Amino acid sequence: MNQQTKKLSMPLRYVINTALFAMLLLAGTALVNSGAVSGYYTKVLMLIGINIILTVSLNISTGYLGQLPLGHAGFMAVGAYASAIFMTRVGLDANIAFPIGLLLGGVTAGIFGILIGIPALRLKGDYLAIITLGFGEIIRVVLLNIDSVLGFKLTYGAAGLKSIPKTTTFFNTFLCVGIVCFLIHTMMKSRHGRAILSIRENEIAADACGIHVTYYKVLGFAASAFFAGVAGSLYAGYLGILNPSSFGFMKSIEILVMVVLGGMGSMVGSVLSAVVLTAIPELLRAFSGYRMIVYSLLLIIVMIFKPSGLMGMYDFSMSHMIEKIINHKPGQKKRNAKAGEENG
Amino acid sequence: MQRRVKKMDNLVPVPSLGLIPERDVGATPILDIHHLGIDFGGLHAVDDFNLVIGRTEIAGLIGPNGAGKTTVFNLLTNVYTPSRGVILLDGVDIRGKSTHQLNKMGIARTFQNIRLFKDLSVEDNVKIGLHNAFTYSLASALFRLPSYWTSERKAHETSLELLSIFDMQGLADKLAGSLPYGAQRRLEIVRALATSPKLLLLDEPAAGMNPSETGELMDNIRKIRNTFEIAIMLIEHDMNLVMGICEGIAVLNYGRIIAKGTPDQIKSNPVVIEAYLGRREEAGA
Repeated sequence: MNQQTKKLSMPLRYVINTALFAMLLLAGTALVNSGAVSGYYTKVLMLIGINIILTVSLNISTGYLGQLPLGHAGFMAVGAYASAIFMTRVGLDANIAFPIGLLLGGVTAGIFGILIGIPALRLKGDYLAIITLGFGEIIRVVLLNIDSVLGFKLTYGAAGLKSIPKTTTFFNTFLCVGIVCFLIHTMMKSRHGRAILSIRENEIAADACGIHVTYYKVLGFAASAFFAGVAGSLYAGYLGILNPSSFGFMKSIEILVMVVLGGMGSMVGSVLSAVVLTAIPELLRAFSGYRMIVYSLLLIIVMIFKPSGLMGMYDFSMSHMIEKIINHKPGQKKRNAKAGEENG
Repeated sequence: MQRRVKKMDNLVPVPSLGLIPERDVGATPILDIHHLGIDFGGLHAVDDFNLVIGRTEIAGLIGPNGAGKTTVFNLLTNVYTPSRGVILLDGVDIRGKSTHQLNKMGIARTFQNIRLFKDLSVEDNVKIGLHNAFTYSLASALFRLPSYWTSERKAHETSLELLSIFDMQGLADKLAGSLPYGAQRRLEIVRALATSPKLLLLDEPAAGMNPSETGELMDNIRKIRNTFEIAIMLIEHDMNLVMGICEGIAVLNYGRIIAKGTPDQIKSNPVVIEAYLGRREEAGA
C-alpha cells in the first residue's frame, strides 16, 4: 500500500485477531453448552474442527512444500494411537492427561514424519506419492495385526482400542484449531517458511541461495505429520474407540481432496473446504441415496471451473480488511480496491 | 553486510588481472582452480581447467556454444561434482562441499534460464537470499519472540536497500513472475547479492536485453563490484559487454581453455579468432 494509508502495527494485529477468535470460540462454546446446538450438530462441528486441522496440516507438505504425500492418515493413526494408549494406560485425571496426550500424539507422529521423510523426500512427484502411500499402509497394517507389544496389550489389533476417555469437546477442538492455524501461520511467515516456499518454487535456486533443502523438506514434512498427530489425538478422544480401518488409504485421499479443493497453499481455502466437505455429506443425509453423487459433482464442478481450488493461493487477512475500512474514503474506492488486489 | 560500508578508496585501483598466469596476484586470490575436469561418460566436458581470479576482479568466460562454460559454473557450485582437480575458494579447498554450503562460503550465482521464485513477491525473493544473513530459531518464529521482530525488520530494510541498486524498490510487492524479462534478470542478481558472496557468478546476464539495457547492466556490474568489493565472473555472448567491463578473459573451447588475457590480447589472439570464426584456408576451400 502507499504511504498515505494507515497500517496496523503487528502486535495490534495479533491482539485484534486473538480477541476476535476468543470471542467466536466463547460464543460457540456458550451456544453448545446451553443446548441451543443439538448433540448431533455439536458432533458434526467437532468433526469439522478435526478435519480443519488435518487439512491445514497436509497443506504444509502439499501446498507450501510442493510435495504430494499420500500417507497422511498414517500420521493421524500414529497420533491417535499414541495419545489413546497414553490416556487409557496412565491413571491421570482426564483433564491433565488430555493436553499431554495431544502433545504426545503430535510428537510421536512428528518423529514418524522425520523417519519416513528422510528416505522418502529424496524422491519427487509420483514416486514420493507411492512411497508415502506405502508407509501409510504399513502403519495401518501393523496396527491391524499387532495386538500386544512385549506382552502388553496395547493396540488390540483389528478388535480396536476401546474405552478411551471422551475428552474432546467443542471448546478444546476449536482451541486446537486456533492454535494450529496460528502456529502454521507464524511458521510460514518467517525465514523458515520462506525457505519451505522457495523449495516449492525452485529447488535448484533455493539450494544456490544457501538453503539447506533436505533439512527444510524434512522440517515441513515433520510439521505436517505433527499436526496430523494432534488431529488424530483429538479424533481418539472424539470417538472413544479406535479401529485401524478408519485410517486407510481413502482417509488420506479424503484429506488430499480437501486441500486441493480449497486451493493448494491457501490456509483459508483449506479451512473453508474442510468445513464444506465435512458439512455437505451430513447436511445431505435426508437424501442419503444421492449424497455421494452431489459430493462428487461438487468436486468435479469446482475442478472444472476453478482448477486452482476455491481460494487459489489467496490468503485472507482480518487486519487487511480492517485497514481497508479505516482507509476508506469516498472517491477513493477504486484506488483502495486496487491496493487490496496487490496485497491479496 | 558490513562490506558495503567501505568506500571505493580501499579498492585495488588497477584490476588484479589474475587471469594472466605470469602475473603475481599478491594477496590470496578469491578463486584458484587447478586442473579441474569432469567427464560425462567418455566425454571430457571440462578438462585441465586452470584459472586464477583476483579479489575484486571482473572476469569473463567466453567460448562457442557447448564449450562447457555453464558446466564450469556448475562445477564451482557443486551442482556437478568434479572428476578431477582442485578448487580453492579464498585459499580453502571446497571439495565435498554441497551447493548450499558453498553459498555460505561465498559463491553466489544466477542462472542462464532464469530461476526465480515466481509465485513469491520480489521482496520475498530477496529475503530468501538473506536466509543465512539474519537468523533466528524456529521457536522464535513460532512464538514471535523479539529476535524474530528485529531480524525481520533488518531483512526488510536490507532487501529494499539491495533492490535499490537496480532502482527496483517500487516493485517489492509485485510477484516475481509478473516482472518483465530484464527486471527478472536483475532481480536474480539482487537475490544472489543478498547472500553476501565473495564471488558472484553471472550466467549470461545480458541475454535477451536490448543495447540500452545492456549498457545499463555494464554500469551496474561495475557499481556492484565497486561497492561490494567482490569478484565477479561472468559468462556472456555479448562481446561489447565482455570487452567493455571484463579485466581478464578466458576463452573456452571443447572444455579446454584456449586463451587467457586482457580484452585487447583476446581480441587479437589468432587461436580465439579461429575458434569463433574458423580457419581462413577452410573458409576458402
